Amino acid sequence: MNITNLFKIALKAIGANKMRSFLTMLGIIIGVSSVIIMLALGTGSKATIMQEIEDVDPGALMIIPGPEYEETGGNWLPEYSQTITQADYHSILDKSKYLKAVCPMVYSSGQFINGKNNHSGSVQGVNNEFLDINGLSISEGDMFTDAEVKGSAKVCIIGKTVVDKLFTNGADPIGTVIRINTMPVRVVGVLKSKGRTAFGQDQDDIVLMPYTTVMKRMTSQNYFDMIYVAATSKEMSQLAKQDVTEILRENHKLKEGDMQDFRVNSLEEATSMVDSVMNILTLLLSCIAGISLLVGGIGIMNIMYVSVTERTREIGLRMSVGARTVDIMSQFLIEAILISVTGGLIGVLIGAGISYIARFVMMHFTDYHILIAVEPWTVLLSFGICTITGVFFGWYPAKKAANLDPIDALRYE
Amino acid sequence: MEPKPVIELDGIRRDFVVGEETVHALRGVSFTIHEGEFVTIMGTSGSGKSTLLNILGCLDTPTSGEYRLDGTPVRTMSKTQRAVLRNRKIGFVFQSYNLLAKTTAVENVELPLMYNSAVSARERRERAVTALQRVGLGDRLNHKSNQMSGGQMQRVAIARALVNDPAVILADEATGNLDTRTSFEILVLFQQLHAEGRTIIFVTHNPEIAQYSTRTITLSDGKLREDRINDNILDAAEKLASLPIEED
Repeated sequence: MNITNLFKIALKAIGANKMRSFLTMLGIIIGVSSVIIMLALGTGSKATIMQEIEDVDPGALMIIPGPEYEETGGNWLPEYSQTITQADYHSILDKSKYLKAVCPMVYSSGQFINGKNNHSGSVQGVNNEFLDINGLSISEGDMFTDAEVKGSAKVCIIGKTVVDKLFTNGADPIGTVIRINTMPVRVVGVLKSKGRTAFGQDQDDIVLMPYTTVMKRMTSQNYFDMIYVAATSKEMSQLAKQDVTEILRENHKLKEGDMQDFRVNSLEEATSMVDSVMNILTLLLSCIAGISLLVGGIGIMNIMYVSVTERTREIGLRMSVGARTVDIMSQFLIEAILISVTGGLIGVLIGAGISYIARFVMMHFTDYHILIAVEPWTVLLSFGICTITGVFFGWYPAKKAANLDPIDALRYE
Repeated sequence: MEPKPVIELDGIRRDFVVGEETVHALRGVSFTIHEGEFVTIMGTSGSGKSTLLNILGCLDTPTSGEYRLDGTPVRTMSKTQRAVLRNRKIGFVFQSYNLLAKTTAVENVELPLMYNSAVSARERRERAVTALQRVGLGDRLNHKSNQMSGGQMQRVAIARALVNDPAVILADEATGNLDTRTSFEILVLFQQLHAEGRTIIFVTHNPEIAQYSTRTITLSDGKLREDRINDNILDAAEKLASLPIEED
C-alpha cells in the first residue's frame, strides 16, 4: 500500500470521529501554544533586558564595596560597606590608564515636594559623567555643571515620572525650586523618558543630584556606595578592571592572598549572567509548558488505544483482504501523527496569535514594553516535538493493532 | 483438458494447544478443488470447518500437511507473504458482511485494491464500479453502508470479494444473517458467478444450500466424512421465483 492511500485511510478515520479527534488534538493544541507563548515571552524578556543594557556604555565597570560573593557565601557584611573612599576615587582619577569616565555614586531617598504635590523616591548622587556611562540623556534643561558638583549645589535632574507627579498643572519644571525633604533644590534638567524595565521597574522615577550635595546635605557620609567607571572601549574593559583593582588594592594596603574588600563587576559579566539567568528561566517555563504537551501526548495514546479496540473487526477485515502488519501499523501511526501535527499547527497559530496580541496590548496600553517575539526555531521545535509525540504515543497502540490475529479480530464482538 | 487445481490439500492437520491439552481440530484432511467448482463445505459446529476455512483463507497455517493455493505452497509462508497472497488470490464473504462503517459502497469495494500498489487510483475506482455493477448495485455506488439493507450489504461484500479477481471466493455462512428471500437472491448471484467460471467455496451448516452447489464436502470430527459430486443441482432462481412475495 502506498503512502497516499494510508493518509486517505487515516484522514477518513479522523473524520469519522470529528469530536473525539478534536478533543484529542486539544491536549496538543494547549501544550504547543503554551510552549510557544513561554518561549516567546522568555526570548522577548531577554531581548528587552539586553536592549536596556545596550544603552549603557559597553565598557562600564562597577566598583562596589564588599568582597566577592564567592568569598562571603553571598552574605552582605556591614563592615565592608564603607570601603570605597574619596581617596580611592582620586587614586583612580590620577592613576588609571584605561578609563574615559569616572562617576562616584551615593544613594539616598526622600520626599519630593512641589506645592501641594508630594512624591517619594530615591535620589542618586552622581557627577556629570553619569549620563554618558549610563546611556541617559537630558530632554529639557541641562545637566548640572562640574562647578555645581564641586560646590555641592542644591540642583537636581528629574525623570519623567517625577515631573508628572510634581507638576500636575503642566508648569515648566526647569528653574522651579522643589523641596527634597526639607532642603530646597532647583530643577535644572529633565531626563529623556526610558519607560519600564522588563522587570517592571520605572526607569523614569529618578532624581539625580551632585554626589557632593547628597553626601554633605542628606546622608552625611564620607564613603561611596559605588564608583561607576567606563573603560575606553569594550575590549579594554578587562584591562581596565585589572588596572582599577590593582590601584584599589594598593590603596587598601592589601597583600597577596588577602581577602579583597571591594569588587569590580564589568557590564560584560553582568550581561552574560543575565543571559544565562534568562535562558534558565525560559527553559524552566518551557518545561512546565512541555508537561501539558506530554499530557496531550498521553491523551493521544489513550484515544488510539480505544480506537484500536473499537476497530478490531475493521482491522481483521483489512488483514483478510491483504493488509500486511506494516500497513496496519502505518495506518495507526499516521493517524496519531496527523492528530498531533494538526494539533501542533493549530497550537502554533494560537500561541503566536496570543503572543502578538499580548505584545500589542503591552505596547499600547501599558508601560511594560517586552519585545515578545515568536522565533522561527521555536515553531520548528514545536513541530518536531509534535511529530515525535505522535510517533512515540501512537507506536504502542499501532503495534497492538498490527499484532492482532486476523481470525480473532474478525470474530471480535 | 482437465481444469487446473486451485486448491490442493494434502494431509492437513491442525492442532491447538489449550492449557495442557492438545485439541486436534483437523486430523488429516485431503482434497483438491479445481477451477470453476462451486463447493459447499458442511459440518456441524466442532467439525473443524471454521479451522479449515481459516487455513483455506491463508489466515492460519496447518500444523502439518501441505496446502497449495493456485500452485503456491502456503504452509511455510511468512505472515506478510500470506497477506499479499490473500490480497491477490482470495475473496472473502463473511456472514456479518464486515463493511467499513460510514463508508460508501464503492470505497468498501476498493479496499482490497488499496493494499495493492500496482493498481492506480483510477483503475481501482473503475474496477470497484464494475464489480458493484456486476452484483446489481450500479445505482448505489455512493450509498453508505448504514443506508443499505442486509442483502445490499452482502452484495457490496461480494463485490469486494470479486474486485481483485481472486482465484477463489471463500464464503463463510454468507446467507446466515439474511431472510429466506434475500438468501436466495444471494445464492442466485453465487450461481451466476459460478456460471461465469468463478471458483467458489461456501462454508455452511445449512444442508439446503448444498443442493445449489456442484460438490459437497462434509467434515466431522476433523476428518473428511463425505465428498460428493452433486448430480442434481437446483436452480436458485427458480426457487426464488416460487417463493411467496412478502407483503407488509
